[in-house]
Amino acid sequence: MSTALLKTVSLVKSFSAAGNLFGRGGGTVHAVNDVSLEIKSGETLGIVGESGSGKSTLGRLMLRLLEPSAGRVEFDGVDLASLPRRELRRLRRRMQIVFQDPYASLNPRMRIGAIIAEGMRVHDLAPRAEVKQQVLDLMERVGLSRDVFDRYPHEFSGGQRQRVGIARALAVSPSFIVADEPVSALDVSIGAQILNLFIDLQEERKLTYAFISHDLRVIEHISHRVAVMYLGRVVELAPARSIYTSPRHPYTQALLSAVPTVEEKGRVERVVLGGEVPSPLNPPPGCAFHPRCPLAEERCRIEVPELKAQREDATHQSACHLR
Amino acid sequence: MSTWQRLRSNRLALSGGIVVALLAFVALFAPWLAPYDPGEFNAAEVLQGLSRQHPLGTDGIGRDVLSRMIYGSRISLLVGFVSVGIASFIGVTLGALAGYFRGIVDTVIMRFVDVMLTFPTFFLILAVIAYLDATIWNIMVVIGVTSWMGVCRLVRAELLSLREREFMIAAEGLGMSPLRVILRHGLPNAMAPVFVAFILGVAGAILTESALSFLGIGVQPPTPSWGNILTEGKDTLEVAWWLSVCPGLAILITVLGYNLLGEGLRDVLDPRLKSR
Repeated sequence: MSTALLKTVSLVKSFSAAGNLFGRGGGTVHAVNDVSLEIKSGETLGIVGESGSGKSTLGRLMLRLLEPSAGRVEFDGVDLASLPRRELRRLRRRMQIVFQDPYASLNPRMRIGAIIAEGMRVHDLAPRAEVKQQVLDLMERVGLSRDVFDRYPHEFSGGQRQRVGIARALAVSPSFIVADEPVSALDVSIGAQILNLFIDLQEERKLTYAFISHDLRVIEHISHRVAVMYLGRVVELAPARSIYTSPRHPYTQALLSAVPTVEEKGRVERVVLGGEVPSPLNPPPGCAFHPRCPLAEERCRIEVPELKAQREDATHQSACHLR
Repeated sequence: MSTWQRLRSNRLALSGGIVVALLAFVALFAPWLAPYDPGEFNAAEVLQGLSRQHPLGTDGIGRDVLSRMIYGSRISLLVGFVSVGIASFIGVTLGALAGYFRGIVDTVIMRFVDVMLTFPTFFLILAVIAYLDATIWNIMVVIGVTSWMGVCRLVRAELLSLREREFMIAAEGLGMSPLRVILRHGLPNAMAPVFVAFILGVAGAILTESALSFLGIGVQPPTPSWGNILTEGKDTLEVAWWLSVCPGLAILITVLGYNLLGEGLRDVLDPRLKSR
């Protein structure tokens, strides 16, 4: 874990919301706003936030499946935006994505074997005669039985489909995988199996993950470092242990206190947030969290706090004027 | 239930399918089914009524109407399938490009569609045929290039929604070229409405060809087509009703058959539209 495999620099993605017929009521949504972070080779960066916080958009920006509005993404030292289309397609071999919805992420008209083999064929990774064998090996590795090779996606359960999605990503031997809520649509027990599969695969293949989830417990289980997002910004970024034991940002504290626990001992006093997440169309000025923050002061309403290292721990960054 | 089972339980679609299959059979085996050569005339048997020798009578120069009808079905089918084939090819290609790439590509293609739609198609065809020879091939091409807009809009709409589906994004993420993504993942999932539009389009094309031939600018005599048999029939309506009724009924039944099959298929392939 030394060099940064993936790096985002002041990344912004804004969408223009359509107004009415005369252009009124429209506006710009900053789904991702000024996000700079690094993911080191071999680590898992957990990205956590409520729906609408921009975490999925960030994941797709990392792979340039979306064009950033500003800022840049560097993969292994290469600025993705500078690459010609053809080069980018070649580089895609090294970075893959696994999706949340196992029902929408597989082409309903293709057989399982063909879905998994597709990446190998696109990048010409194996001689024709060996593709099938390699696909079968992969299927076995992710826990699919070999005789499903010729079946169609609709014949499978969510967990099985998610395994197919993982195998499809692994088929091109990537070094970086964005996992976009890969267990959120699954039953807890199935989700845990898939999560463990991710962890095992990481060890075996030296994979680097950006693991997106809204579930703090899932993130805790898999991540080395965690980025907490709120309304398009990273509000806290720190090693997983440090986030869970000593969260700095009031938003993170509120999130963590909402996680149900079984042990009486570990229970912290619940911080209940008032109000709703503000509309991203019209975010509050200053710190976007201030209308719901129990600590907010005058300064928070005016100045946007920067993500900065904590005095006592340089690896722990938080974007709060007060913490 | 499988698609096939649902189609079979839809009676109207089934009867449409039977009509379509029967017509295809007749057209395919015309030389074996027709009792006479469609061009063979016999001055001794002009405008004869229905009889054992001529089940559908004879026309103004003594040709057997049944044989001409049977050969005419070949023209109808050929024009129907080839012209709609051309229209579908253009429509699917442009629609897929517009829907997948969006932006400026979409704008240019869709404004072109709008322009094409402002022309009354039939008069456009008339104008073009006035400059070209009225051969059957020209007619098919002209019908094709003036009737692709509906398919184009359909395919565009399908791709606009498909491109947001995760398997399409995954395909792009695997590093496939846009062309490959469209061909392997986009179009196979957009084909159901195109197939329905194709069947309905065949009915429209057959009707258009008949109308053109009826007006004398379609398929030229002596090649028999239902449209030009009808033209002859209208001049002799008082003395030889069968000469108008037979091609008229044939056109009616054929178009009805294709429409029933097409609408039945739509119900079966896209249950969302059924309630309407």
